[in-house]
Amino acid sequence: MDYRSPLAKVRGLGSAKSGTSHWWMQRVSAVALIPLSYWLITFLDLSFHEPYQQLVVWLILPINSVCIIAWVLIAFYHAALGLQVVIEDYVANEGAKIIAVWTVNIVFFMLALAALVAVFRILLMG
Amino acid sequence: MAVSSNRPTSPHLQVYKLPLTGIISITHRITGVLLSVGLVFVVFILSAIAGGQEQFANMQILSALWPLKLIYWGFSYALVFHLCHGVRHLIWDAGKSFNRSTMDRYALIELLISLAVTVNIIVFI
Repeated sequence: MDYRSPLAKVRGLGSAKSGTSHWWMQRVSAVALIPLSYWLITFLDLSFHEPYQQLVVWLILPINSVCIIAWVLIAFYHAALGLQVVIEDYVANEGAKIIAVWTVNIVFFMLALAALVAVFRILLMG
Repeated sequence: MAVSSNRPTSPHLQVYKLPLTGIISITHRITGVLLSVGLVFVVFILSAIAGGQEQFANMQILSALWPLKLIYWGFSYALVFHLCHGVRHLIWDAGKSFNRSTMDRYALIELLISLAVTVNIIVFI
């Protein structure tokens, strides 16, 4: 005997969960990352080719610290959203799919935290 | 039961020649996954800077090795390409440029722009 209402039943079926918001946030984060990529490229270039002091001076400038922190937050989020779609497309087994998506979410959350901690350590030192 | 060999078959991935847009589409996905993996390197670089001058110097020595340089160039190309095709997706999301004549042309423009920007990153910055 199933006492659930027809609405509750149908809500447990199909894929209509949070797909629209996932799709939309993928676009919003993508648009934000277009200008922020400039800061990533500059940061990588300075890290590989310039002396330590010059890099720290660049990173301490508020516009650069803000944009690098924003890039970290949005890029790791965008990556987790994108990898979720890839997993959902190729992993057929429901259990494995859920475990993989949650693993990706947790790993990218931790990576973003590690990146932020590093940025704040640099800001506090310099 | 034997199936006559000259009956039409549906296009399977291994026998279907992908159009340029299709190749670019799967490349967008592959570069997205690779860029996600590349984020681990960014965390490593940031941590090396936070670790002080000595760790930073070691990181710079490592990054000057040619296999890592290749990874850096590959990452740059993947980034610029993913950005260009991402913009293409945004144009599609706006409901524009689905007609056949623009498909290949836009794809070529994307490839050329990403190549030009990557060369620019490697050579001039």
